Amino acid sequence: MFRLEARISTPAWFNLALPLLAIAATLILCSGLIALAGAGVIEAYGVMFSASLGDSYAITETLVRATPMIFTGLAVAVAFRAKFWNIGAEGQLLAGAVASCAVGAIPMPGPLAMLLMAGAGAAAGAAVALIPATLRVKFKVDDVVSSLLLNSVIFYALMALIEGPWKDSFSGYPISPPIEDTANFPVLMEGTRLHLGVVVALIAAPIVWFLIVRTTLGFRIRVTGENPEAARYGGISVERVLLSTALLSGALAGLAGVGEVGGVHFQVMSDISPGYGYSGIVVAMLARLNPLGVVPAAIFLAAVMTGAEAMSRATGVPAFLSDVIQGTALLAMLVALLFTAYRIRRIGVA
Amino acid sequence: MMSVVLEQIFQVGFLAAIIRIATPLAFATLGEMFSERAGVLNLGIEGIMLLSAMTGFTATSLSGSLWLGVLAAVLTGMLMGALHALFTVALGLSQHVCGIGVTLFSSGLAYFLYRLIFGQQSVPPSIKGFATLPIPVLSDIPVLGPAVFNQFALVYMAMLAIPLAAFVLYRTPWGLSVRMVGENPRAADSAGVSVIATRFQAVILGGALMGLAGAFLSMAQFNAFTFGVVSGRGWVAIALVVFGRWDPWRSAGAALLFAFVDALQLRMQASGLGHIPYEAFLMLPFIFTIVAMAFMSRNAVAPSALLKPFRREER
Repeated sequence: MFRLEARISTPAWFNLALPLLAIAATLILCSGLIALAGAGVIEAYGVMFSASLGDSYAITETLVRATPMIFTGLAVAVAFRAKFWNIGAEGQLLAGAVASCAVGAIPMPGPLAMLLMAGAGAAAGAAVALIPATLRVKFKVDDVVSSLLLNSVIFYALMALIEGPWKDSFSGYPISPPIEDTANFPVLMEGTRLHLGVVVALIAAPIVWFLIVRTTLGFRIRVTGENPEAARYGGISVERVLLSTALLSGALAGLAGVGEVGGVHFQVMSDISPGYGYSGIVVAMLARLNPLGVVPAAIFLAAVMTGAEAMSRATGVPAFLSDVIQGTALLAMLVALLFTAYRIRRIGVA
Repeated sequence: MMSVVLEQIFQVGFLAAIIRIATPLAFATLGEMFSERAGVLNLGIEGIMLLSAMTGFTATSLSGSLWLGVLAAVLTGMLMGALHALFTVALGLSQHVCGIGVTLFSSGLAYFLYRLIFGQQSVPPSIKGFATLPIPVLSDIPVLGPAVFNQFALVYMAMLAIPLAAFVLYRTPWGLSVRMVGENPRAADSAGVSVIATRFQAVILGGALMGLAGAFLSMAQFNAFTFGVVSGRGWVAIALVVFGRWDPWRSAGAALLFAFVDALQLRMQASGLGHIPYEAFLMLPFIFTIVAMAFMSRNAVAPSALLKPFRREER
């Protein structure tokens, strides 16, 4: 007989082992789909790996792709720590993109433009995230549902902009006017798309980690998430913590949009985010809500995305495999997390 | 403006449109309601509807039989429901995150399999979907008849599903078990009701209803599968369950109300209010739902054990 037994503490190597275990399980499970599509499993994964991490150019492309997911991953990690169920990172990203694009189109010196774009994008994301948090605190509205529904609202607002006042009157395409050339984020490596935003994302992760682990606000966020009654008893205003968490989380998601506008697309279009907001949830869970873990987790998902496109071209396996991998990885990670709470113990048959 | 609105409401076409829009929402809302009454939030609904829409469309497209397609969609829904129950009920994992996981996984699988089976085509393949089935005598009633009783077979199924769901939930021993494991699993367990089994059954039944919702979208409403075929209807259904206070009749009423707002915005888009961008109308049902939740949630009483996993040995 086996039974699950509660664990008191988990060894440190679990933080690394569990995501790796989940990823290995995911790749094995998804190899069935590759075989179903009539391609060689080893070959397909080989193409995926070499196209995303195989050479220095591929690595820069993967890092560029990882950047928005580092931000949305941080946004989700911060929110979930406080058990503020922000599923709205997608809408907050779009709001950040729109705001930064509006600011970036105003002629002004480059560095000032970039700073103001970041400020506007973060503020827009924070403002959007404040809606579900306020609705939860004031009206007891479930934050999952309201933040999900808001994603649709923001998306239609973006569409109204780019098919209305922002529409390219010359080509007729539903895309916004480009931002000023001076506002384009500087490229850090000649011949690649590695832009300033990538570095900002890599720096943001340890800053958010410090904020969560070493500051009073971070402590309040963690206590609120783990035990709201204890937080209240200890004199913490749970409502205020939830609102602050929403502001922080939304600002981070907004920055994801800023990076895409300033560093990659230089304008706003309807498909500026292929679901980076939702991927942020996968990233945050793979990272076990640890801001430092968000970086490798985002790079993994980015590698899957860039790799899947090359794999599709080479083997004919639909690139949507990357979407299946994301979903499977999230579920596999949740199962792997069981090992942190429980251990399997062999017991005598009674 | 008001006269335009009133004029629209009393048209046969408008009433028929409300019923058609309400049908997938009614199925989805009832499905989510069963799951939540047993204590399991199913955020997988959006992806389950999408995958069911895909399998239903594909089965019909390959076999030529519409009902085989419906069967495939229902089985898909049940299978994905079982998957969600495996994670949340058997393993007791976070219902929020598992639901998102099920949605991401199901949507990814739907896109992948659709592209694998149909390839990339410039004109997306379509099927000859359900035709309207007028009910003799009843469809001759003025205004109401052609609007309500000249509909697709799946619409009638939804109409029957509402009283049936209420009967099952309130008048059968199984319905009582569902309500018990959703309100007080400990007591249900003491009374000899298997909490795990009952929750599994409720989530799987919910999945079957979500499957019907998906089938309606790809086989009666659009007669094709597109990546945006569900576009948020699953999330709306979750809100409608709250709005309908976890009751079959009220939930169905909430679906009708949402359908009314949606049909109204479609008409307003079409009827020459051209200076307002059409996206403003598309947003309307979503904003309406959020505002409605703000008014309703304060007094809404969710099943007590919603979101709480059950482990017998833990007290």
